[in-house]
Amino acid sequence: MTGVLVVAYLAAGVLFIRSLAGLSKQETATEGNELGMVGMAIAVAVALVTWILGEHEPNAAELHLRSTGLVMLAAAIGVGFFIGAVLAKRVEMTGMPELVAVLHSFVGLAAVLVGFSSYLHPHGIAAGDVAKAVHEVEVWIGVAVGAITFTGSIIAWGKLRGSISGKPLLLPGRHALNGLAAIAVVGGTVPFVQDLGGQGIWLLVAMTVIASVLGVHLVMAIGGADMPVVVSLLNSYSGWAAAAAGFMLSNDLLIVTGALVGSSGTILSIIMCRAMNRSILNVVFGGFGTGDAKPSTPSTAVSGEVRELKADEVGAALLAAKQVVIVPGYGMAVSRAQGSVQELTRTLREKGVNVRFAIHPVAGRLPGHMNVLLAEAGVPYDIVLEMEHINADFPNTDVVLVIGANDIVNPSALDDPSSSIYGMPVLECWKAKLTVVLKRGMAAGYAGIDNPLFTLEKSRMLFGDAKKSIDALVGSVRK
Amino acid sequence: MVRAVASIIGVPKETLPGERRVAATPESVKKLSQRGLSLHVEKGAGLEAGYSDAAYAEAGATVVDSVWQCETLFKVRPPSLDEVAKTKDGALIVSLMQPERNPALVDALKAKKLTALALERIPRVTRAQKMDVLSSQANLSGYRAVVEAAAHLQGFMGPQVTAAGSTPPAKVLIIGAGVAGLAAVGAARALGAEVRAFDTRAAAREQVESLGAKFLEVSLQESGEGQGGYAKTMSPEFIAAEMALFRAQAKEVDVIITTALVPGTKAPVLVPKDVVEQLRPGSVVVDMAAEQGGNCELTKPGEVAVFNGVKILGFTDLASRMAATSSRFFAMNLVHLCGELGTGDTLTLPLENDVVRPALLLHRGEALPALPVKEPSPTAAPKPKDEAPKAPPHQPHAPPPADAKPQQEHITAPNRAAWGSTLGGLIVIAVLFGLGRFAPSDFLQHSTVFVLACFVGWQVVWSVTPALHTPLMSVTNAISGIIIVGGLLQVGGSVDLATVLGVLAVFFATINIAGGFLVTERMLKMFRREEGAPKASGGHR
Repeated sequence: MTGVLVVAYLAAGVLFIRSLAGLSKQETATEGNELGMVGMAIAVAVALVTWILGEHEPNAAELHLRSTGLVMLAAAIGVGFFIGAVLAKRVEMTGMPELVAVLHSFVGLAAVLVGFSSYLHPHGIAAGDVAKAVHEVEVWIGVAVGAITFTGSIIAWGKLRGSISGKPLLLPGRHALNGLAAIAVVGGTVPFVQDLGGQGIWLLVAMTVIASVLGVHLVMAIGGADMPVVVSLLNSYSGWAAAAAGFMLSNDLLIVTGALVGSSGTILSIIMCRAMNRSILNVVFGGFGTGDAKPSTPSTAVSGEVRELKADEVGAALLAAKQVVIVPGYGMAVSRAQGSVQELTRTLREKGVNVRFAIHPVAGRLPGHMNVLLAEAGVPYDIVLEMEHINADFPNTDVVLVIGANDIVNPSALDDPSSSIYGMPVLECWKAKLTVVLKRGMAAGYAGIDNPLFTLEKSRMLFGDAKKSIDALVGSVRK
Repeated sequence: MVRAVASIIGVPKETLPGERRVAATPESVKKLSQRGLSLHVEKGAGLEAGYSDAAYAEAGATVVDSVWQCETLFKVRPPSLDEVAKTKDGALIVSLMQPERNPALVDALKAKKLTALALERIPRVTRAQKMDVLSSQANLSGYRAVVEAAAHLQGFMGPQVTAAGSTPPAKVLIIGAGVAGLAAVGAARALGAEVRAFDTRAAAREQVESLGAKFLEVSLQESGEGQGGYAKTMSPEFIAAEMALFRAQAKEVDVIITTALVPGTKAPVLVPKDVVEQLRPGSVVVDMAAEQGGNCELTKPGEVAVFNGVKILGFTDLASRMAATSSRFFAMNLVHLCGELGTGDTLTLPLENDVVRPALLLHRGEALPALPVKEPSPTAAPKPKDEAPKAPPHQPHAPPPADAKPQQEHITAPNRAAWGSTLGGLIVIAVLFGLGRFAPSDFLQHSTVFVLACFVGWQVVWSVTPALHTPLMSVTNAISGIIIVGGLLQVGGSVDLATVLGVLAVFFATINIAGGFLVTERMLKMFRREEGAPKASGGHR
């Protein structure tokens, strides 16, 4: 049976790798997802069968216990599957970030549970003091990472839903608090492994609490617009938690899968940070956009006049244009304007206007958030372009519509070394012949700095709720 | 350094046979006179382009018998040796020069200590687009090539359904999707033909498709994107594949229009005899590079050659056949150029100007050293047609600018992190080595698996397209539900706390697995390409 198990785990591991590889391209993405499902089905099925068959023929008492276990397992899997399927079916695409965050928390929670369980009832651990110590360290790490992932994801979920304020919570001396918590978690290993006074389980519980508080505090201190980084970081943590569980259970499949997920999440975090020209440390500890971290932010108030356009005038400009680029931001997601945007796009394209989309890597609250929203609305993905591919086209663009985006189109990132976002790659929409910014008011963006784009000679503002404005535009181009 | 040159501009009548264009129109005369410049226009200079002497006079020019005494001359074609002989010593001539094909002319210009501004050498930067005569004329030529092809084709261009019978649309193959090629695509589409176009640059695809034509490509993947917006010379394998494509296409198409015109050197042969042999009798080949030897092996410059019933049009005067409009565009290019040449009633030569300096073939009979170039190369990214550089296939690319603007670093490039990950890897190995001294072998084996898996994940995930970040995240989410196996292993033979915890872990992990995979599936179903768009191969997706 062990042979079958090893081969099945190997197959599952390979399928997971193929799955991630498949997801790198639109053409193969669906296939990649299916490969992942097959891999998971194989792994779970074989593990279940092995569990049912057991190591030896069961006697009557064991058989009874085992069937009780089987019933519990079946119930857990059945109910869990049902809940997961309902969640997946019900979620609105604007709610994707929340769903992803809450799913991360489940992995973290599962890792904590497995950790405790493994501590109480070690399986497959070689005899000997060293092996025991190693196993306990593994449990410790797994539970710590799992707990941070769990509570961090819960907070991220709350922030994304809006039930917790998106503003960073900045306690005085928060770095010291984090440091103390970290030291407590790391330092706790020693008494835990030595098992002073046989109180290991309570040490583990105490550490879990500390790690949970640490997770809460870390994410509380991060602002709403940095959520793409946080979510991808938590994504990687959930992977590391799974890998740690693999170590404590001596299970290679868990290790491989956890490592895959962990590195995937890490890469996503790196990409997000680069897109903001900030380091991970700056995002996690920076308290960005609050002023106190950037005392040098100059108060060069944007001078110049803001010129406003009415929807009809913008509609006329769109109809007269040949090349139009739409830059969506979080504001589009907030007002759920993606359907109207698609309607506008379709109408204009039918009239021969080449409409395309420019997506900044950190637009929205989740990596790739805008792409998902536009896809949901039915915008073909081949006209949705990434920053690198569209930046060179702006000089040849007639009209740019900026919908609820601010910092990602701020020219000071390129030309004002004193700006707090200096050096961040941005969409150079001001090079177009006309830039129309759809905004509710003149409020500053997440970074809390002025955007000189709004007063440039070729810029116009269209004030109002994004969805209403776009609907008005659709009406005026239909005429 | 700025040098003043004389204020009177002479516009001679073009003497090359068949050349009907003229370097100034009443419209451009008016613009230049408003600035204070005086123009002398040779009698009858604009007649063939439809501009009478009276119109020039009315616009403010002086109509004279000879303009060769003027100190500045605006011309279309390169001056002939006779004309150079007539020119005043030290004068400025602004025209196309084609110096590479015309060394005798360069010598003559040098001998007379003339200053020569070669219009084809104006750099193709955004600022200079309004002065780019090659683009303005290529646009006209491309249109005209289609009109000529239609005139020689013995059928309709567009589809016809009549009581007397129906005909399918003519099939037109356009080779090279630069300015001329795209203009030809647009004109042929407008006449109703079915158009396919070929270009070695992937950037041309979008432009071609935006005009409603099909973009052909060879099975070999090789980017023809050269520097400076020009196509680069392709490998022999690519050229062979390209020829095979053309041969196959020749069996289907009625019209082939080639636009691979290389200023200065001989045009590449893209349509050899054996491709022509595949064409049906009655088909038409328009060779827009006839003047430079032709893209078609059988082209006779200036003539209509017939081979096996296939007409090969080698007209060298396509733009000239629409002299009124082409003169107007040419003249306006020159007006814009004058904007660089000082202000007020005198023309000056700003020698440090980054548009003027490269175009300055000779300055008082001497070639000047090149300026240290600052201007970035025109980007190779897709552009709408009026801005697209003419980039015929096989064209050797322009020399790269000395210090081209550094490209914005690609944020998804893995090599940026190479140092970090290499260092990280070394540290991990060192730690493992240390652990190996005392840790159980079991642990070590797991660590090896772990590190390897990290590297595999690292390699696999970097290539993901940003549009798929969310689906990737939800799939990895589902996959990390593999912790279900951990929960399973913990469900032991007895109902104790460990088992209960294990069952709970299984429960949460299952939510994750089902939720993650199903929501990914739902998301991916929403991603769709545009209906009718061809399947992308390569490209930047």
